[in-house]
Amino acid sequence: MAESTILHGIGVGAGLAAGPAYRTAPPPALPPPVPVTDPEVETARAVAALSAVAADLNRRAETGTGAVAEILRAQVMMAEDPELAAAVAAEIEAGADAAHAITAALAIHRQAFEAAGGYLAERVADLDDIRDRAVAACLGRPMPGIPSPDQPFVLVARDLAPADTATLDPRHVLALVTEEGGPTSHTAILARALGLPAVVRCAGALDIADGTLVTVDGSTGDVAIGVDADAVEATRDAEARRRHRAGSEHGPGRTKDGHPVALYANIGSVKDLHGEVEGVGLFRTELLYLDRADPPSKEEQIDAYAEVFTALPGRKVIVRTLDAGADKPLPFLHLSGEPNPALGIRGLRVAWRRPEVLRTQLEAIAQAARTTAAEVWVMAPMVATAAEAAGFVAACREAGLPVAGAMVEIPAAALRASSLMSTVDFLSIGTNDLSQYTFAADRQCGELAELLDPWQPALLELIAGCTAAGRAAGKPVGVCGEAAADPQLALVLAGLGVTSLSMAPRAVPEVRAALAAHTLADCQELARAALLGT
Amino acid sequence: MATRTVTVGSASGLHARPAALFVAAAAAASPVRVTIRTGEKKAVPAHSMLSVLSLGAKCGTEVVLEADGDGADAALDALADLLGRDLDAEETGDG
Repeated sequence: MAESTILHGIGVGAGLAAGPAYRTAPPPALPPPVPVTDPEVETARAVAALSAVAADLNRRAETGTGAVAEILRAQVMMAEDPELAAAVAAEIEAGADAAHAITAALAIHRQAFEAAGGYLAERVADLDDIRDRAVAACLGRPMPGIPSPDQPFVLVARDLAPADTATLDPRHVLALVTEEGGPTSHTAILARALGLPAVVRCAGALDIADGTLVTVDGSTGDVAIGVDADAVEATRDAEARRRHRAGSEHGPGRTKDGHPVALYANIGSVKDLHGEVEGVGLFRTELLYLDRADPPSKEEQIDAYAEVFTALPGRKVIVRTLDAGADKPLPFLHLSGEPNPALGIRGLRVAWRRPEVLRTQLEAIAQAARTTAAEVWVMAPMVATAAEAAGFVAACREAGLPVAGAMVEIPAAALRASSLMSTVDFLSIGTNDLSQYTFAADRQCGELAELLDPWQPALLELIAGCTAAGRAAGKPVGVCGEAAADPQLALVLAGLGVTSLSMAPRAVPEVRAALAAHTLADCQELARAALLGT
Repeated sequence: MATRTVTVGSASGLHARPAALFVAAAAAASPVRVTIRTGEKKAVPAHSMLSVLSLGAKCGTEVVLEADGDGADAALDALADLLGRDLDAEETGDG
């Protein structure tokens, strides 16, 4: 039996996994300049670094497909550009070391890309990626970004950014372990979307040597390091049994005694849809707008929405209008420079400045809905007051959308839920932002994870206020935050009177199984206990 | 000096795939050194991906190709033909 140590973190994606761990490396910081004694040797070093970057990107391009592979191939040509090599040599001749010469030579093109705007401005990140990789190669550091060992692995990182998701191949990643992050961080969201076990806030994770065999328990938050092959096999068997159990319940969500709780999917596009869901409780539309210098045209939007609606004939699709700002900045909105973006112009507030962006989106949703058979509802993100909700509902009616709701992410909206209910057709609680704003605790700040725990009684009390308002008005109140994906908490939410739970599709089977094993009275009892914080 | 003036035909402009195809073709024309410019701006080497991208040429932008010496005309004809086509619309072969 091999010696193994156990690290503890917060489990955020249910399930077990086992395999070799590999770490992501952060982009290297540029060290202080080093005097160059032999420019010829230094130039050779810089050229070798650029060649290594090109070779690595080329390898990735060969395994990728479509747009990602095309971007990678263009990056290879940038790294291999003979003019870049010449500019780097000139910088070194003028006294710069290899790392600084590469940075300076690429900065000129970075500026030109930014000045050109549009598509090129969106490629600045590609240039920065080449720079970070080449500098890492010069300094003898590991290449930044997601590692790509030749076998499935447990990904270990400080934290994962939304951009990492583009290069993360779920077929090769067994589990996620991060030192930072929290239950609502991007790592947690990503883990649930991919159905991967994950442990966040796991101190010491970055010290795990690449290639070490580990087991990850996404329920308990335990990560065992240095396990043997038997432990790996036992963990994989246990995971297979767990999946089999969860998959044995089917059909719409309901408690043991038949009380319905609709189980919906959170998606960003049609490719996120899989498994058995009753509909979509959160269709995020940011994907269409991300990484662009101009908003998408109405026609482009109609096509994208219709693609999702067509996949769900006769079923409900709740579309969330553009939720830009804060952690999802969009270049065309020019929102940068806010001192505190989470409390700035974001969500529905963007429509104050750019009403046409919302109007175009609502018209596109309405048009796509007319040509398909899905039951399309819309909701606005970041609603604070009943007046804002009423304004949004009016805009929806004008666009020809019959069912309009508001998200409850701001405590003010939760406190005034009854007032909101007098104008909207439904409420959907975004528990991630609602906890951030209720506890004055930044979602991006891992140290505050405990405050962001969705079991916090104050959060549950705000949810209870919303469901009471819903019952009084006879209108639905759903939850579409990460809280809905926790099978235990899902019972509490059902007990509080939540009418639908929307989550990453892969989380649905376990929540369905948990509901089926408890009566509504059980759930109400659990809810009472949770509200008391016991 | 041989010169060709061409209007960029690719729908996405001289970016991504069209730029990659053009730069690769220009590099293959070696030893003929071809330059490309837009308007009166400074001409840049056509075999440089970064320089070509930095032109920011869109669909419909007029660009000027220049080269000297043996084989210049043939090289420019081939490159001008490539630039004028809609490379985004053409079969990629692997799709």
